[in-house]
Amino acid sequence: MKQQCKAVALISGGLDSMLAVKVIQEQGIHVEGINFFTGFCVEGHTHAVRKKHQDKQKRNNALWVAAQLGIKLHIVDVVEEYKDILLNPAHGYGKNVNPCLDCKTFMVKKAVQWIKEHNFDFIITGEVVGQRPMSQRRETMPVVAKESGGNDLLVRPLSAKQLPETLPEREGWLDREKLYDFSGRTRKPQMALAAKFSFKDYAQPAGGCCMLTDENYAIKLQDMWHNRPSRDYELDDIIMLKMGRHFRLAPHLKLIIGREEGENRFMQGYKNQFMSVYPTSHPGALCVVDGEFKSDEERDQALALVARYSQGKNEPQVKLVIRQSTGEEQEYSICPMLPDDINKDWLI
Amino acid sequence: MSADQHKEPYYVDARRLLCPLPVIRVQDAVVKLNTGDRVVVISTDPGAKADIPAWCRINGHEVLDIVEQDNEIIITVLVNHEQ
Repeated sequence: MKQQCKAVALISGGLDSMLAVKVIQEQGIHVEGINFFTGFCVEGHTHAVRKKHQDKQKRNNALWVAAQLGIKLHIVDVVEEYKDILLNPAHGYGKNVNPCLDCKTFMVKKAVQWIKEHNFDFIITGEVVGQRPMSQRRETMPVVAKESGGNDLLVRPLSAKQLPETLPEREGWLDREKLYDFSGRTRKPQMALAAKFSFKDYAQPAGGCCMLTDENYAIKLQDMWHNRPSRDYELDDIIMLKMGRHFRLAPHLKLIIGREEGENRFMQGYKNQFMSVYPTSHPGALCVVDGEFKSDEERDQALALVARYSQGKNEPQVKLVIRQSTGEEQEYSICPMLPDDINKDWLI
Repeated sequence: MSADQHKEPYYVDARRLLCPLPVIRVQDAVVKLNTGDRVVVISTDPGAKADIPAWCRINGHEVLDIVEQDNEIIITVLVNHEQ
């Protein structure tokens, strides 16, 4: 007789993966979770940094879900490997810069590798047929199974009855009758199942957990790609895209101006990587300079803009310091920019 | 189980890293250590106060101490692989 079967679940921290795990646990399967950190996860970052979000609960939803389900969670850093998925998606992008189909395929492929290394039997996801416009369409869900190598080891418990039978069902490890047939964009079946399992607190529906689906973030990322010699990026680059107001003054010059104390403090951590500007005569925002000043005019324009975001914005002169990443500092005095002089096209 | 107080803890510098990287750094450290070893993680992400204890709970490790000073959160974890 086969020992207790073991499944690994892709845990996003949303309701669907939480339900999928519970459905499989109910059939006596040992489940552990796996969560992939791509660098583009929404949760945590801005809430952790921004003071105005201090009332929001700072928790990692994937960890929280695992705790609710009583399962282990393995968080895997895929930042480096993910670059190729984002930069060269075989199936292209969705509405923004979201390579959802390639992303899901990549994650299932990583899970296939993981179950081989850890002697697990199959993989489960919270995917629902027709739920998402790119990776969860009836036509694309088999693509994920095939291209990831998951094939019939990939079980989608919430939509299993809408899909071909998988190996765990054929082998009798899972009873297909106890799996579900959810489809479409409605959340009602999930809500009902959550109620059945007495899940009262859960994160909002899947899809909202990736910055790449966010239009404003996508614009900033595309601006960065457009103005750099290469689209390659580092983790710090993509985190900085979530911070502050971004002003593109020239192809070689972008200013990132903190919106509040929490962001200013966080951005200070980059002072040895980037040139920075901060006011000394008045309280005000910290500015990280991505690029260089090619003329005194450019420098003064940047200083005047940063002065605009200080409490001296209505004074005739504000003193500011330009700090090089090497630590060298020089103080300047500048008239703050008038609101009408801020070019609307600068703001990304 | 009690920690071997005489053995130097393993330090993880997770300052300036945001969720879930502090957890990943702790996870990577714990894999290399033995039951009874201690990990001291220094983080500046307020989320670490919830996330590292949550990760420890679900993976069977124990949080011995959480201290906040000068905008840093210092968490001491006792490794337990015996479960």
